[in-house]
Amino acid sequence: MPIDKSIVGKTGKPFTMPIEWSKVREFARAIRDPNPVYFDPELAKKECGGIPVPPTFLQVAAFWMGEDSMPTANFDLRRILHGEQEFEFLKPIFVGDVLTGTSRIADVYEKEGGRGGKMTFMVTEIEYKNQKGEVVAYARGTLVETGQAVGG
Amino acid sequence: MAAKIKYNDVKAGDAIPTVTIDNVSRPDFVRYAGASGDFVPLHYDQTFVEAAGIPTVFAQGMWTAGCLSRCLTDFAGAGQVRRFKVRFARQVWPGDTLTCRGKVTGKSEKNGEKLIEGEMEVVNQKGETTVKGSFAVAAA
Repeated sequence: MPIDKSIVGKTGKPFTMPIEWSKVREFARAIRDPNPVYFDPELAKKECGGIPVPPTFLQVAAFWMGEDSMPTANFDLRRILHGEQEFEFLKPIFVGDVLTGTSRIADVYEKEGGRGGKMTFMVTEIEYKNQKGEVVAYARGTLVETGQAVGG
Repeated sequence: MAAKIKYNDVKAGDAIPTVTIDNVSRPDFVRYAGASGDFVPLHYDQTFVEAAGIPTVFAQGMWTAGCLSRCLTDFAGAGQVRRFKVRFARQVWPGDTLTCRGKVTGKSEKNGEKLIEGEMEVVNQKGETTVKGSFAVAAA
């Protein structure tokens, strides 16, 4: 696929993401995290001021983003690798918050790879604001399309 | 919010808590797909991965990153993480045993907060690094 630089800067339609306790518990279980602050609201309130979310919890955005919220390149699913992911937190996020996320394509570039051949990189950044309009977090992800299947 | 660590008690080179993930298994990937909404079929659909020339399903990178993030919340407290960055180096396969570990590399103050910075990694039972990471957490 030839590289298409014109998609850089493209933003998706903002999406709403309520932070729900059941989803936080499910996520903590999935990453085998027994930390009681995700399971005991009283303790969480005392220790954290509310039920916090695991550092990588914003990945659940996939549930809340419609197709039009995800500006994307036309990558081949069999050749995609998740190269990097970064989370930056500016304010606390608690169960009960309602976040608004806006996704933006921050960069697209090509590199010569090793055994995978030529690789295409796409960096997306999602900005999250809470119900007070404060920016609470940024999630930046790098997807890589390799020249051949990824697991060989 | 309660910070678990005091800025003055921490120095560069200090290890942060280690988390061990025994016997990585396919149900881990299925549970994470359900929890995260990451339904890329490479992680649970054996027919799909074989057709793509890959021997078996493997972990979502973000599942492994989630396991690694536990070192930070165990170290500094939930809600104290300010930055967490991971780079995926190698796949995690069913049957692997993972060690998540890290160390402090520096300290700084930003926006009136005292931050502890460091590096971290996930290594498998062969000693190979599968995920490399870096972090900043807030201290009291």
